[in-house]
Amino acid sequence: MTTETLYALVGVGLFILGLYALFVRANLLRKILAANVMSSGVFLVLVALARRTGTVAPDPVPHAMVITGIVVAVSVTAFALILMLRIAMKTGQTELPDTWSE
Amino acid sequence: MNSSAALPLLILGSSLLPGLVIFFLPESRVRTRSALNLLGALLKLVLVGVMVWGVFNGTSYETRLPLIPGLDFVLHADALSLLFVTLSSVLWLVTTIYAIGYLEDSPHRSRFFGFFSLCVTATVGVAMAGNLVTFLLFYELLTLATYPLIVHRGTEVARLAGLSYLRYTIAGGALLMIGTVWLYTLCGTLEFTYGGFVHELASASTSRESLVVIFVLLIAGLGVKAALVPLHGWLPQAMVAPAPVSALLHAVAVVKAGAFGIVRVIYDVYGIEFAANLGVTLPLAILAAATIVYASVRALFQDDLKRRLAFSTISQISYITLGVATVGPIAAIGGIVHLVHQGLMKITLFFCAGNLAETLGVHKVSEMDGVAHRMPWTMAAFTLGALGMIGVPPLAGFISKWYLGTGAMAAGQEWIVAVLVGSSVLNAAYFLPIIYAAWFREAKGAWPAEQPRGSAETRWTLLLPPLVTALFALAVGLLASVPFSPLEWAQLIAEREYGR
Amino acid sequence: MEVIITTFPWGVVLILVPLFGALSCFMWPNVARYLALSTAFALVMSVIALAVRLITTGSYRHEIGGWGAPLGIELFADGLSLLMLAATAVVGFAVTVYSIGYFPNRQLLRFLPIWFLLLAALNALFLSGDIFNLYVALELTGLAAVALTAMSGGRAALIAAMRYLFATLVGSMSYLLGVVLIYHSFGSLDFMILAERVEASPATWSALGLMSIGLALKTALFPLHFWLPPAHASAPAPVSAALSGLVVKASFYILLRLWLEVFPAGHSLIPGEFLGALGVCAIFWGGLQALRATRLKLLIAYSTVMQVGYFFLVFPLATVVAWHGVLFLLLSHALAKAAMFLAAGNIIYFAGHDRIVDFDRIAQQLPMTLAAFALAGVCIMGLPPGGGFIAKWLMVQASLESGQWWWAAALILGSLVAAAYVFKVVGHSFTQTTVREKTNVVPVLMEWTALALALASVLLGLVASWPLAWMEIGGVFAGVPAR
Repeated sequence: MTTETLYALVGVGLFILGLYALFVRANLLRKILAANVMSSGVFLVLVALARRTGTVAPDPVPHAMVITGIVVAVSVTAFALILMLRIAMKTGQTELPDTWSE
Repeated sequence: MNSSAALPLLILGSSLLPGLVIFFLPESRVRTRSALNLLGALLKLVLVGVMVWGVFNGTSYETRLPLIPGLDFVLHADALSLLFVTLSSVLWLVTTIYAIGYLEDSPHRSRFFGFFSLCVTATVGVAMAGNLVTFLLFYELLTLATYPLIVHRGTEVARLAGLSYLRYTIAGGALLMIGTVWLYTLCGTLEFTYGGFVHELASASTSRESLVVIFVLLIAGLGVKAALVPLHGWLPQAMVAPAPVSALLHAVAVVKAGAFGIVRVIYDVYGIEFAANLGVTLPLAILAAATIVYASVRALFQDDLKRRLAFSTISQISYITLGVATVGPIAAIGGIVHLVHQGLMKITLFFCAGNLAETLGVHKVSEMDGVAHRMPWTMAAFTLGALGMIGVPPLAGFISKWYLGTGAMAAGQEWIVAVLVGSSVLNAAYFLPIIYAAWFREAKGAWPAEQPRGSAETRWTLLLPPLVTALFALAVGLLASVPFSPLEWAQLIAEREYGR
Repeated sequence: MEVIITTFPWGVVLILVPLFGALSCFMWPNVARYLALSTAFALVMSVIALAVRLITTGSYRHEIGGWGAPLGIELFADGLSLLMLAATAVVGFAVTVYSIGYFPNRQLLRFLPIWFLLLAALNALFLSGDIFNLYVALELTGLAAVALTAMSGGRAALIAAMRYLFATLVGSMSYLLGVVLIYHSFGSLDFMILAERVEASPATWSALGLMSIGLALKTALFPLHFWLPPAHASAPAPVSAALSGLVVKASFYILLRLWLEVFPAGHSLIPGEFLGALGVCAIFWGGLQALRATRLKLLIAYSTVMQVGYFFLVFPLATVVAWHGVLFLLLSHALAKAAMFLAAGNIIYFAGHDRIVDFDRIAQQLPMTLAAFALAGVCIMGLPPGGGFIAKWLMVQASLESGQWWWAAALILGSLVAAAYVFKVVGHSFTQTTVREKTNVVPVLMEWTALALALASVLLGLVASWPLAWMEIGGVFAGVPAR
């Protein structure tokens, strides 16, 4: 197994881990962290696969994609945190209720 | 666009535009609204007259606009559409006058007349549709335009009747749509053609079974509006609508659109020969005959006058289907001419029922004793209409039944004659007691809710329409062999279908 | 003049105009409403100009700043993009006009910048020619949509927004993982290049599988629809109109592009029949829930779940006629659903609630709003002359032609259910009643906007041949079987 395959598999593992936690954890902060773990997984796969066997220079395109992705992820996280704070202020809880109503 | 392509659009527009304007008129603008209504109705009549004259002189009218690739929106004028267009524009004018009088000082009149105009637009569209998809378009539009008229009173009963109407008609429309699309995928066209297009265009690999299934789908979809038993359940409930709506629904618009569609499908889609060859006409004739007898029997037991008339409609409208499904030119004439005759007679009866309810508060047959002494003109019109329905010569209904009967004999289907005789006996049984009670019995006392009496027995806007239509019903019978009479048209249509 | 119209990069304008609109509304709050109106109007005009260009010269590509792929960003516009851009511009204009009447000033100033960001993101999405740009635009769309959902700040809205945010995140992550796999296998992100290189392999299957699941989640395909009804029902009415009318279609549009252009049939782990079957479930589940709903906005939201089901019937059919039908459905549903939500907004504005049983007291006093709802309903249930009728016709035709009659049956039965829930609402409005509640006067402009959109959705059926012809620009359907 080459190094990049290993990294890619770890990335996929992180993605699945994050997805699992996002569904299972009730606490909103944990959910947001889980989403971050998911995106880190995807970025890891991207970076790992950028190194092409046999060539010296890695492919620049995935790097550009990862940078864009990180920017997006940071803003999403900031937004999610604000939303979480608002919910906590409004409901006094850090979890989403099971049912929703007006 | 040249004039021959524009005329069908103008005929549609002559009721569509006034209708749209009326929606936005404030309730208080009674004169403007009435003027718009009457102007639209008169204009339509004139335009239809121009079209009849043009067709007589050999002009062909066709409007064709692209709808989706391969399918056009087509309006055209052939003999059959002219018959129906003329009927609806004449009766629309009469009904408009009646409705203006009937709804005097009632709420929501702008809404009512707006939808009323849309309803007539849809009917005229059904009449002039040049292919099955255009027909379907207007057929569904008719459903939508009549619903607000049925629930117009705004009572809980009206709301439920409206729901029942929608359940039947929207489901029927869905069946019609499946049949239409299916037919299109098999034939690649839906244009109405004399003698039908299905037998020529359906590819050799097409099974006869699928054509039969499509036929059943189409007839079921149309049968809902034509109130073929067992698809008739909505009609008696829809009686909660105001009288002019019932008149229009039963004589011109909804019920007639269904019957007209059945004629179109059998003649111009399948072709009578091919339909007979498929073996679908006899079951349809039997269904129509069953409807005629069943509904007449039901009518016998209705005390509510409008319900009795409703069941009578269900029965009478099936004469059209019966005439077309009896494979033979003479019966066909009877069926087609009944399209007009039933309209004239039934609209008269509903106008009269409306007059009784509006002027005296009489809604039930049992309340009608001696009513003719109080309202002689109304009851005279009623009597003419009822005798016509029974088939007394020389009234309109007699002509229809005569052609149906002799046609059935000529086609070797004697059982139909028995149905006709039985039906006429039943017609007599549910109409004659009314006529007898109205003319020859003494009134039981005060009327349920009598309006203050003017110089005439009721408002002239209510009295004139039934008298006019009753005279029409008499005239089309007496003058049946005059050129341009409905009978002449019906003969022309039947010749085209059978003459090839 | 004509030369300018046919050579100018209108695509760039379509992205920049709303971005500037967002900025300027934020910078100059005093004149924000005029800025908003001019921005929305400029968008409509730019789409018309783009349409002229596409109709005269066919599809086009534009390298932003002269930087081509792979490092630069290329914009791409063909008939399909035009259709979606037109829907966005029309609905966008209506919602902008409506929002000026609907929101109190402070809320309006919060709404407008995010709203124009959403429009910019949507336009960018419909103009993207590569799968990574689509990801970025999709994420931006999602973020702006969530922010708008949360705008009212109420408990239900915040919670719905949070759910929506997680759903949209999982969806785009899953999509992005698919993009990574595709890029690794074929070395390109560009649609056209991919279309030539893609071949069946386990990587392709799993990539398309991941992307389809992600996009289905964002489009709210049953059973991944759980986030939609609360979000669409608790957002302010103009926002709901945009969410149901436009945002849901953005992710579906990507799915269409992928299936139509990049991956020939049979290259996915998820077969078309499976997506179609989920679509049928969506039709009936959404329809049933809409029938059960007691609040108008919730009813409309579930109706969107149902209509999304219709969209997915295209995958098992996959003929030109079916694509025509579903694209036409996208267009007419955008107009009709937006009109419905705006009508619902009028009712809430008027009465302060949207309980369907109490409608008899409201509808008689808002006839134009009721007419808007009913007309849009005609379109939604697929009755003529509404745009929905043409769409239904084409899709039924496609299923009968290909011998798969069961999809046609689902379509027809679904439209009966739709008729039932539309008339459940309309039926109440004719009832006579004298009970008056305390009410607010609805600005005339709001009533007219809803009615105009509804009319457009109905008249669309009569001019169907135009959009159907525009779809063909650029030859999107070249590789699709005719029947």
